[in-house]
Amino acid sequence: MNFELTEERQMLQDTLRRFLSDRYDTRVRNAILESDLGYAPEIWRQLAELGVIGALFTEAQGGFGGMGFDIATVFEELGRAGVVEPFLDCALLGGGLLAALGNEAQQALVEAVIAGECQLALAHGEPAGRYDLEHVATRAVPDGAGVVLNGRKAVVVNAEAADHVIVSARESGSVLDRAGISLFVVPRDADGMTLTGYPLISGGRAAELVLDHVRLGPEARLGAAGAGYEALSTRIAAAHVALSAEALGAMETATALTRDYMTTRTQFGRPIATFQALQHRMADLLIEVEQARSAVILAAGHLEAAPLERDRNGAAARTLIGRVGRLVAEETIQLHGGIAMTQEYELAHIAKRIVMTDHRFGDTDYHLERFIALGRDAA
Amino acid sequence: MDEQETDVDLTYNDDERAFRDEVRGFLAEQLPPALSAKVRAGAALDKADHDRWHAILNAKGWLAPTWPEEHGGCGWDAVRRHIFEEECALAHAPRIVPFGLTMLGPVLMQFGSDAQKAHYLPRILSGEDWWCQGYSEPGAGSDLASLKTRAVRDGDHYVVNGQKTWTTLGQHANKIFCLVRTDPDAKAQEGISFLLIDMDTPGIELRPIMLLDGTPEVNEVWFTDVRVPVENRVGEENKGWTYAKYLLTHERTNIAGVGFSRAGLASVKRMARAEMSGGRPLIENPFFAARLAQVEIDLMAMATTNLRIISRAARGQAPGVESSMLKVKGTVIRQEINDLARRAAGPYAMPFVSEALEGDNAPVGPDYAGPVARQYFNNRKLSIFGGSNEIQRNIIAKTVLAGDRR
Ligand SMILES: Cc1cc2nc3c(=O)[nH]c(=O)nc-3n(C[C@H](O)[C@H](O)[C@H](O)COP(=O)(O)OP(=O)(O)OC[C@H]3O[C@@H](n4cnc5c(N)ncnc54)[C@H](O)[C@@H]3O)c2cc1C
Repeated sequence: MNFELTEERQMLQDTLRRFLSDRYDTRVRNAILESDLGYAPEIWRQLAELGVIGALFTEAQGGFGGMGFDIATVFEELGRAGVVEPFLDCALLGGGLLAALGNEAQQALVEAVIAGECQLALAHGEPAGRYDLEHVATRAVPDGAGVVLNGRKAVVVNAEAADHVIVSARESGSVLDRAGISLFVVPRDADGMTLTGYPLISGGRAAELVLDHVRLGPEARLGAAGAGYEALSTRIAAAHVALSAEALGAMETATALTRDYMTTRTQFGRPIATFQALQHRMADLLIEVEQARSAVILAAGHLEAAPLERDRNGAAARTLIGRVGRLVAEETIQLHGGIAMTQEYELAHIAKRIVMTDHRFGDTDYHLERFIALGRDAA
Repeated sequence: MDEQETDVDLTYNDDERAFRDEVRGFLAEQLPPALSAKVRAGAALDKADHDRWHAILNAKGWLAPTWPEEHGGCGWDAVRRHIFEEECALAHAPRIVPFGLTMLGPVLMQFGSDAQKAHYLPRILSGEDWWCQGYSEPGAGSDLASLKTRAVRDGDHYVVNGQKTWTTLGQHANKIFCLVRTDPDAKAQEGISFLLIDMDTPGIELRPIMLLDGTPEVNEVWFTDVRVPVENRVGEENKGWTYAKYLLTHERTNIAGVGFSRAGLASVKRMARAEMSGGRPLIENPFFAARLAQVEIDLMAMATTNLRIISRAARGQAPGVESSMLKVKGTVIRQEINDLARRAAGPYAMPFVSEALEGDNAPVGPDYAGPVARQYFNNRKLSIFGGSNEIQRNIIAKTVLAGDRR
């Protein structure tokens, strides 16, 4: 048994942690939050140079990682610093889908993504789809050798910045069928596709997409017709590892800030860390964060396993972290008192990152239900 | 908390029911739909919105439920006050800004000079004065008595230096009531005085603090050589702590917030009927339904706890630790409802809709989703202010466990 990181991953972790603690403090990050772009191209480029994006791809794909533990290592550090740059949406989801399914021309985009020179977004969720991964009402109908897309996509993170948007659309079956979903690579400025952008409460930007007779040639198709669900669910499994690890890193920061604050804040003539009522609350948080760490390790370690095992561990992590994340965010704010309610205090953003993780690709209840269903299949 | 003597009666009597109908009628007729729509949508209210509702209530004579009739109050008992507050919340009426009406007013009536009562009370009712509360300081939160803002006597003035913080809606206020230290050598609680200060006085500077949900709801207030006439002191010098504590007991009226919780729960149910999950309404999802039911059960019980305490208060028994219990349970339930609303909205909880709140931009996704994450984060304050929930638990524990030390 060995729970230590490999030497390469340890180096990656050290480099990334050092870079972010030097260059990505509260002031820098809060300025990014208020910027029109919602992310910092300069920081994106520097992180690409450090190999942070490459670590999310396998060697065959042009990277030097791409396994569950590589993803967990990167995202834990991103979470620790409350990074809002679009690693999940551009690299892990967009780049990951291109790498898994792309033809030669599409693979070339992966190289650009790894170099930090191409931005992507995944437009899959829809206004009435909530978290149902199979919900696709957007239609793709044949048009000569290509297709025409019609539909709407909801909360497409990083859409405005993306050079290309990967759009899911249905070619057969009904709205909640797994079969019949296809993927297409659509230039952001394609005729008929309109974006309405807005900031997100925990940082970054997203957009509502309207696809109104978007005409695509055959070269836009990504992977086989009607077979997109499987690729999507494999990538979303990786997203579950990433989101869990990111929340874990953020929880580490939340508890560290709280520990520091409790030992320096005095009320009634003594540090508030000396109140036993608060000590026990802090102790409970630390216990739960260790649980979260183990859940992340399980999910990361099973990302390459058979789908059932992979998904059971992914669902377990998202269920546990949905619960623990809320607890940690709320309790660390409470243990601070008013100060943690202010925008300029680091914990405010960190707490929002943690809680809003629960709104991406399923909340804690969604994953609990999934875990139960997968257990039935396993038994 | 034992009710003996008579049979238990779980309902309002005829008079109380008639009163409730009267309140409902008034709200249906007089609450401007534009205001209730804003409250319901979780939009930020501006000063004009607050002033408008304040004036409507004042014209009706229903602005000051806790004040005695001689000062222009309603003279209602605790049950009527509760009915009024609950109906207002259910109708999505704006919350009455409490600083003048429920905090300062009662202090002036009890401890103010005749001149202060005659001058300030009518101005609170008319809306001419907007008060804010200058209690907390950066170093004095739960331990309020450790406050450091100094007031030094200079002839017939005090000269005030120091800093207050967390001053809610201070940006709208023309007056601030402050706790200041007048005797630095006395025991902490014994050197404090209670001053009424004009926000226009030279030397006062107000700086907004942005809260985590992006709202400029609170402020820092800095005092540099601010000259305050001695006649603006309430009561005696160095007795301010007594008045401050009296005020805090009034701050805790309507502490359970039952009406807010009922309105919040109703809107979560509306959301959960509209949201579809796996091909059926979210409200039919057993996981979500169980969460909803747990909160509803808690709220039903808490509403009754609240009524038990209110009905005893109406019979003249002072509440003790029960108000601390209601503060804790009431705020936890409200926060739980905010959490349910956030969950119910799904991915559409993520957009940050400050622009939409200012009116012009269309909301993103269903209209109910816009404010839910903001409200969830903003209402973390409920368990921090008004005496934090930890301080309330300390009060309960000290009162109940005092036997140990006897
Ligand atoms: C949104 C908002 C609006 C506000 N509006 C106003 C206003 O208008 N006017 C005003 O004067 N003030 C206002 N306040 C201030 C509020 O009253 C204080 O935040 C509150 O008293 C807590 O103080 P603190 O924030 O300094 O936390 P601290 O007192 O530093 O407490 C930090 C933590 O320690 C805990 N703690 C402290 N002492 C003990 C103890 N003895 N035992 C166990 N736990 C303890 C607390 O519960 C908390 O969890 C507002 C606060 C907020 C957040």
